[in-house]
Amino acid sequence: MQPTVALRVARYRPEQESEPTFQTYEVPFRKDWVVLDALNYVKDKLDGSLSFRWSCRMGVCGSCGMKVNGSPKLTCAAFLSDSMPGPIRVEPMDYFPVVRDLVVDITDFMEKLKKVKPWIIRKEERPLAEGEYRQTPDELDTYKQFSMCINCMLCYSACPIYGLEPSFIGPAAIALAQRYNMDSRDEAARERLEILSEHDGIWQCTFVGECTKVCPKNVDPAGAIQQYKLMGAAHWLRSLLLPWGTR
Amino acid sequence: MPRSITPLLWLLFSAGGTVAALLFPVHVLLTGLAVPLGWLEAPSYESVRGLVRNPVARLYLFVFISLPLFHWAHRFRYTLYDGLQLKHLTELIAVLCYGTAILGTAMTAYLLWNIT
Amino acid sequence: MSAGVHHTPYHPKWYRRRVSVWWWLQNRTYTGFVLRELTSVFVAFFALVYLWQLRALAQGPEAYAQFLARLKTPLFLVLDGVAFLFILFHSITWFNLAPKAVVVRLKGKRVPDWVVVGLNYAAWLVLSGAVAFIVLRGG
Repeated sequence: MQPTVALRVARYRPEQESEPTFQTYEVPFRKDWVVLDALNYVKDKLDGSLSFRWSCRMGVCGSCGMKVNGSPKLTCAAFLSDSMPGPIRVEPMDYFPVVRDLVVDITDFMEKLKKVKPWIIRKEERPLAEGEYRQTPDELDTYKQFSMCINCMLCYSACPIYGLEPSFIGPAAIALAQRYNMDSRDEAARERLEILSEHDGIWQCTFVGECTKVCPKNVDPAGAIQQYKLMGAAHWLRSLLLPWGTR
Repeated sequence: MPRSITPLLWLLFSAGGTVAALLFPVHVLLTGLAVPLGWLEAPSYESVRGLVRNPVARLYLFVFISLPLFHWAHRFRYTLYDGLQLKHLTELIAVLCYGTAILGTAMTAYLLWNIT
Repeated sequence: MSAGVHHTPYHPKWYRRRVSVWWWLQNRTYTGFVLRELTSVFVAFFALVYLWQLRALAQGPEAYAQFLARLKTPLFLVLDGVAFLFILFHSITWFNLAPKAVVVRLKGKRVPDWVVVGLNYAAWLVLSGAVAFIVLRGG
């Protein structure tokens, strides 16, 4: 008799209900299965109407973020065996509007990513004839960690400030901005600082630190934000004490 | 000219937090527990007054009292705003918090300036 | 995405859950965070105790003696005891988080976090010792 585990999945079908409900499915328990495998089993064999996002199933695309037993996780990295005994609760990520079942709307996140100008900006582009921009391993090391973000939004789902203040620009966007600020090829740190010093920028963060805890790629967005605050404060002091030097 | 003063408030918060973290535990232990409980004899009034008269001591006490008050003001303001979700009172909270810190700083400066 | 699309945070068919005022009790990290933030109340309390002490000192020996007597009352002993615990919690969390904000690079390599934390704790010990020495010797 094959062992099974109960999966308590949040359902939301706006055409027939105004609030989410839970539906329980009995899925096979396999040692090597992750929650995503269980969800796909449900969709294939038990209930084809269940909606959820997924893609690479190996932790690089950032599509399958959901809450597993209350914690934001990538379902392709959340082993069933870690949540035994069941029932295992699967819900959509917090702090995003739920479109259907486990699918949330991510437009807000997409707009915030664009806001921080996540591309190399130079005062003057180098002509092709001069060759490539060169970077030492140490220069790469200063921003590499922040470049590992897969845009999975688990950090937004963990950040209570984002939950309380949806206009907060959020951990991933700030880490992304810092990734470019620290890149030796980029020259737009001041420009980004102006954007992120606004009311809903870095100063909203109170260093809860949960974003770093849930990040599946060890980006450490909380660290990025605190570094950014120090940078912003230093810049503020410099522009106060040496106004001519900040042009 | 810098537009917002939030970076300044954060700097004061950080400085105050550092002062409190490094110096408050030993002072609470001595003044709040060891002396009142009799583990240590209280320094005499004259010796304390003599110590405080020293300009270095005055500066120390100013930093000791003022910066942590700004640390509290900034942190508590955000705690009320986020923790209790008092968004509609945000200006009032800011005025009360930073105002208290400014008041405390002014009183400290006045006392330290005038003590003989 | 076409240029004319404007994102709105609300849509009649989407479901948005309101964040409960008890959000901070939902998990240990959140609760620990709020306790950490509340340490600032005890920091302010003790700063004000010193302000009070300063004022009593300026007012004369009787006022100062009254201040010392007040500190001996059970109310203040309890308050100071609780304040001591919260302020310790502040110190420990502060030093442990210091390397997140203060990233030092020596010759291109990042100084490891434990060094920054260790230096903070070392400074704490040295300064506490110095203060204790001055206060005990002066009395």
